[in-house]
Amino acid sequence: MPLLDALPLAASQSNLLAARELMAFTLAFHIVLACIGVALPAIILTANWLGLKRGDDDAMRLARRWSKAMAVTFAVGAVTGTVLSFEFGLLWPRFMERFGDAFGIAFAIEGIFFFTEAIFLAIYIYGWKRLSGWAHFWSGVPMVITGIGGAFSVVTANAWMNQPQGFTLDAGGKVVGTDPLEILFNPATGYEVPHMLLAAYMVAGFLVASIYAVGMLRGRRDRLHRLGVVIPLTIACIATPIQLFVGDTAARAIADHQPAKFAAMECIQETGPDQTEYIGGICTDDGVKGAIPIPGLDSFLVGFSRDTVVTGLDQIPDNEEPPADTLLHLSFDAMVGIGTALMGLAIWFGFVWWRRRELPRTRWFLRAVAVSGIASVLALWCGWIVTEVGRQPWIVQGFMRTEEAVTEAEGIWFAFAGVLLLYAGLGTVAILVLRTLSRRWREEDEETDDSETPYGPPGSMGLNPEPGSGNRPVGGKGVA
Amino acid sequence: MTRADVAAVILWTGATLYAVFGGADFGAGLWDLIAGGAEKGARPRALIERSLTPVWEANHVWLIFILVVLWTAFPEAFGAIMSTLYVPLTLAAFGIVLRGAGFAFRESIRSIEAKRALGASFALSSVLTPFFMGTVVGAIADGNVPVGGDGDPFSSWLQPLPLFTGALFVASGAYLAAVFLVVDARRAGDADLEGYFVRRALTAALVAGAFAVAGLFVLHADTRYVYDRLTDQALPLVVVSALCGLGVLVMLLRGARRGLRPLAVGAVVAVVWGWGVAQFPYLLPTSLKIAESAAPPETLAAVIVVFLIAAVVVLPALGLLYWLSQKELLSGE
Ligand code: HDD
Ligand code: HEM
Ligand code: HEM
Repeated sequence: MPLLDALPLAASQSNLLAARELMAFTLAFHIVLACIGVALPAIILTANWLGLKRGDDDAMRLARRWSKAMAVTFAVGAVTGTVLSFEFGLLWPRFMERFGDAFGIAFAIEGIFFFTEAIFLAIYIYGWKRLSGWAHFWSGVPMVITGIGGAFSVVTANAWMNQPQGFTLDAGGKVVGTDPLEILFNPATGYEVPHMLLAAYMVAGFLVASIYAVGMLRGRRDRLHRLGVVIPLTIACIATPIQLFVGDTAARAIADHQPAKFAAMECIQETGPDQTEYIGGICTDDGVKGAIPIPGLDSFLVGFSRDTVVTGLDQIPDNEEPPADTLLHLSFDAMVGIGTALMGLAIWFGFVWWRRRELPRTRWFLRAVAVSGIASVLALWCGWIVTEVGRQPWIVQGFMRTEEAVTEAEGIWFAFAGVLLLYAGLGTVAILVLRTLSRRWREEDEETDDSETPYGPPGSMGLNPEPGSGNRPVGGKGVA
Repeated sequence: MTRADVAAVILWTGATLYAVFGGADFGAGLWDLIAGGAEKGARPRALIERSLTPVWEANHVWLIFILVVLWTAFPEAFGAIMSTLYVPLTLAAFGIVLRGAGFAFRESIRSIEAKRALGASFALSSVLTPFFMGTVVGAIADGNVPVGGDGDPFSSWLQPLPLFTGALFVASGAYLAAVFLVVDARRAGDADLEGYFVRRALTAALVAGAFAVAGLFVLHADTRYVYDRLTDQALPLVVVSALCGLGVLVMLLRGARRGLRPLAVGAVVAVVWGWGVAQFPYLLPTSLKIAESAAPPETLAAVIVVFLIAAVVVLPALGLLYWLSQKELLSGE
């Protein structure tokens, strides 16, 4: 492209930058929908189960509505995921050419999960009217399993990029033998996969809860809204403490296996024991500026002793240092900070529920829930920045540099601009459609018509509550 | 058969299923596009929407399947294709986004103007996407993808054969879709709509047939390797396809409906396999053989095992989905 050649950057450097930005943007977009696709089925089925088992009409109504919203998010997830599959080849053809036979295996397995998920999702979403209650419920259960399996497959592929193993190379660097099990179960799988799965449950749970919390803040405090907070929030709050534990394990594993990444995200300049933990701040060659220092804590976190030696950037060859250590450091801190704050929210909710079986009464609680959705998405993005940018300049740690992987195709910046426009439209319309759905539901609530009651003629499926079993109050008499 | 050949058969099976199910979905989009104004097109559009809604996402996954098997089992070919044909591939990817999103959103929204805009996005991209995919397949068959990749981004596919293949993809999808919709309309007991789609199926059959014959001439001129094998080893399949196609025409005209769909599917499947046989043993005719581009044996074994598991897990589930949807147990609301 003559236009690009005229730019000061060499064409291939510019390509690399464009390809990375494009990859990062499309991944960041997809991952939010992927989280919803992984975890929302379990949230919906919980509500569905409450509806069937306890004859809880409100829970049933929530399940039905959420499944309609999921039809929209799933479609967007599927198309943006397809774009990612194209991008592997379009942006990184040299990577796929050389390592597709190793890296790809996980994706081959993922195909099974995608397929099964798409099939049962369709049966579940469109089966409300004509299938019988429990048959319909069970048709949804495979989605939970395929969500977990799908997340395992994709993330284990990414884990392999961080800790590649299970292949033999010939003298020319071509893969001539593979060990699929070693590839699928590489050392990073053990922490990346559970960390991502828990993140998915947190993101989906906090997001749904935050929408209903906003509704409650606006004065819609009926039982439906309280239930809409309680069900997803409970699920997210169960995931949170486990997530912190897994994240901590991940950090220690990184210190061990990817010292460059760890040094950059903790801003460690010089190798040695008794490393200070810096919270916030800007990384510079001579130390961290503007941070809160906690002496010795970093060494302690890595090895449970202040004497633990931690590798610093001084030990990393210059051409293998991750770029943008301040970005990495702040992303890591933001993830940990948000995780800790959400843990506080979980404790608050758990304690009040344990004592009183209701939501905390103060508006501050609802406000906190209302921001928890966005906060967990931010933590998710920050985590991926740590993982991906922290691995740079490698695309396959220690084996292939990202600049060797990138395409020579022209016009990536144009593609990027096109994708930005397309996704801006996609995101906007998706949100508009979801809002239209929610407005329609609100109108239906006001009319209190029962046309929404699923599963055929009313009463036929034993859905009408038995005296005394149905319509249990959730969250007491509402929040003050 | 070597493991690489088995993997190639798996790849081709995926391509066949995508050509049939994905193709019919695209074709339905074409009929949606040209169904006329909001009032005139309302009934055919409703039938199309009803037939497509529960299944389009599952049908779409075959594309993912093809990509994944190609990059895992034949990474070199994948890299070469992607780094050469990136222009039509990028356009196809854009089309996939517009199409899927347009369809899913349209279904959830009630305002007429919004429906119309989203419907247009769905329908237009239903035509462009298969066209660009067809040009990719045509360019590969034409031998325009160099081993090692980085071929010319434009002259590799702006050639007669790729463009014809693109048109053939659009036409054969439209043909399949019309035949499927004839049967759906019959089941819905709507004789008007049945006739409506019979007329369209006939037109599409003739157009697709014409493109296929014209394509043969182009092949003869440009791509002798494929042409020679198509008229030799693959000839039986070509004949089967032509016979199926004729059978469909006769049945459409005589109002026979039983076995109509299998016959129409047979016509398309025979063409796809005829093409596969004609390219054999090349993945990129006549420069990269299946065996040369294949992944290490352990990876191929993994792909084969995964495919077998998929056959056991996915096919019954897919059958259940189609069965429920044919029984009208999956309704839009
Ligand atoms: C809701 C989201 C969320 C929350 C609250 C946390 N994380 Fe996280 N983190 C992610 C979501 C995430 C993720 C899903 O975005 C990543 C990216 C790759 C991965 O496996 O998980 C991640 C990556 C990631 C990595 C890099 C892994 C790698 O490079 O392979 C580390 C070291 C941590 N996390 C550590 C933590 C710690 C110590 C946390 C809290 C105390 C924490 N995370 C909370
Ligand atoms: C580079 C990375 C990724 C690629 C290439 C990719 C690819 C895809 C593709 C092709 C689809 C569409 C499947 C269909 O048609 O149904 C999809 C959807 C999906 N992806 Fe991704 N994906 C990536 C990252 C992730 C991650 C990290 C996760 C999860 C943790 C994930 C989870 C999902 C899920 C659950 C779906 C189903 C659709 C949905 O529920 O929204 N993906 N992805
Ligand atoms: C889904 C959540 C993910 C997010 C948000 C994410 C984020 C990112 C970011 C920010 C970059 C750019 C790095 C840079 O600019 O230096 C990147 C690059 C990349 N990621 Fe990820 N990533 C995700 C998952 C994955 C997965 C699951 C895979 C593969 C299985 C993957 C493969 C890649 C590749 C191939 C690149 C390009 C090379 C590079 O710059 O590292 N990513 N990703």
